[in-house]
Amino acid sequence: MHKLSIKQLSDGLHGKQFSSRELTQFYLGRIARYEPSLNSLITTTADRALAQADAADAVIAAGTAGPLTGVPLIQKDIFCTKGVRTSCASKMLDKFIAPYDATIVQKLDAAGMVMLGKANMDEFAMGSSNETSWYGPVKNPWDLERVPGGSSGGSVAAVAAGLAPVATATDTGGSIRQPAALTNLTGIKPTYGRVSRYGMIAFASSLDQGGVVARSAEDAAIVLQAMSGFDPRDSTSVDRPVDDYVAALGNSIKGLRIGLPKEYFAEGLAPSSRARIEQAIEVFKKLGASFTEVSLPNSPLSVPTYYVVAPAEASSNLSRFDGVRFGHRSETARTLEELYKRSRGEGFGAEVQRRIMIGTYVLSHGYYDAYYLQAQKVRRLIYEDFRRAFESVDLLLSPTATDTAFKFGTNADDPVAMYLNDIYTIAANLAGIPAMSLSCGFADGLPVGLQLMGNFFDESRMLNAAHQYQQATDWHLRSPKGFE
Amino acid sequence: MSLTADQIRQVAHLARLELKPEMTDAYARQLSNIMAMVGQLSQADTSNVLPMAHPLDMYQRLRLDAVTEPNEREAFQTIAPATENGLYLVPKVLD
Repeated sequence: MHKLSIKQLSDGLHGKQFSSRELTQFYLGRIARYEPSLNSLITTTADRALAQADAADAVIAAGTAGPLTGVPLIQKDIFCTKGVRTSCASKMLDKFIAPYDATIVQKLDAAGMVMLGKANMDEFAMGSSNETSWYGPVKNPWDLERVPGGSSGGSVAAVAAGLAPVATATDTGGSIRQPAALTNLTGIKPTYGRVSRYGMIAFASSLDQGGVVARSAEDAAIVLQAMSGFDPRDSTSVDRPVDDYVAALGNSIKGLRIGLPKEYFAEGLAPSSRARIEQAIEVFKKLGASFTEVSLPNSPLSVPTYYVVAPAEASSNLSRFDGVRFGHRSETARTLEELYKRSRGEGFGAEVQRRIMIGTYVLSHGYYDAYYLQAQKVRRLIYEDFRRAFESVDLLLSPTATDTAFKFGTNADDPVAMYLNDIYTIAANLAGIPAMSLSCGFADGLPVGLQLMGNFFDESRMLNAAHQYQQATDWHLRSPKGFE
Repeated sequence: MSLTADQIRQVAHLARLELKPEMTDAYARQLSNIMAMVGQLSQADTSNVLPMAHPLDMYQRLRLDAVTEPNEREAFQTIAPATENGLYLVPKVLD
């Protein structure tokens, strides 16, 4: 049952082959069985799930159900869920019970989905390996000694292990796509502004975007459709109709023009990953797509740009955690200043502290022009590279990550080496364009991911290309051993 | 670009972070490495380039000046670390 697509699950529910309560109990059973070896969830919400399942069954019985009614999911623990702990994987928010729902939680609840629990992640979404979580690292179901990627490591581990058919995720510099690549999943970060950020705990507000990780482009399209759309509560939400992602999946991709950015195939890409990507390119050619080499000359500067812009915005966003109104409060502070400093010193982990300090530094007097302003200018150069490329191609294709999943502790004392994990994913966030990762094979038994990047609001075309590739291949249908 | 332990202490003060003393040297080394990587930005020719703060050309939407949010003071205060008579408590500011 855990290998069924969302469409098959929906057909089963509508055809009364099983009820949403039975389906929910089935997944809760898998969580009880496999979760101890993965640590993919921070909170399991069994009672809430069963109540939602019963409500979904009533809707199905009444004949008013939609395509997601009664289908279970897992929410990344960065999305506020009313009455349920929303920790962002930080000690700072360990006891934080959100007083309201994020817009996407409201939307997916309204679509009839059943929330099984809240996924583990890197603390405040800062990390590429899920090793910074206050609740401990998440294991990769393909090899329990390796990381699942990050920051959406819990979301991908849970879906890859069949603990839920789909999960929400967020992506500030690759946090949907890199973990999806490392666990054989399909993950999409839509255009900046497409999915509401209301109730999504902020990391870097000009880069953060919500999305989804799933077992196929079709599943991702169905859930993204329900998540997307204008939200007056998010000042950066875009007021523009949402394309019909699902209807476009079946289109032919004959004549699709795909660019290969040469900087993404330069030194640093593992040979085995390169070979899998090249095989995938042949599949796309057989489906009628044409390829040309393009150049994004400023892409080598995307990581340095990101590590100014993102920490600067984070240092501002995270200033709200002061130990006064919510979140962790130090018990030893005697003055107000001590209360701020100790609550933050005790509540934030090392990676979060590093990024707050980098951000504070690059925004401080005497450094602002050399770092922050210069980074914002280079950001425009990176954006212009993409604008020019999309004048002659419809999509860009590249690797998602430089290599397959690495072992725990690999970059323990070397933040810069860890940051370079996101070398292929960060530019899409800086430019604001949509991007996704899908599986394109294996190297030494570990999944390899392929990235597609599209022009603004061209999610439909990306999902269509990914779906057509998945109709011609079966990599995405493979599951990790030990989680049958 | 190299940061000293003293600079780390100053930045931590500006960010209102109390660091564990034994972490200061490690942070100085790590932040120095990060800033060295970030230093590549100076290579880029950005003369005549406008800074880009945001991926979309956006304007601040306006709305009617009407009350839209209900008062949820009690719900918000139930998750506060310390409150009294509807007020948030902090350590004494004035002697």
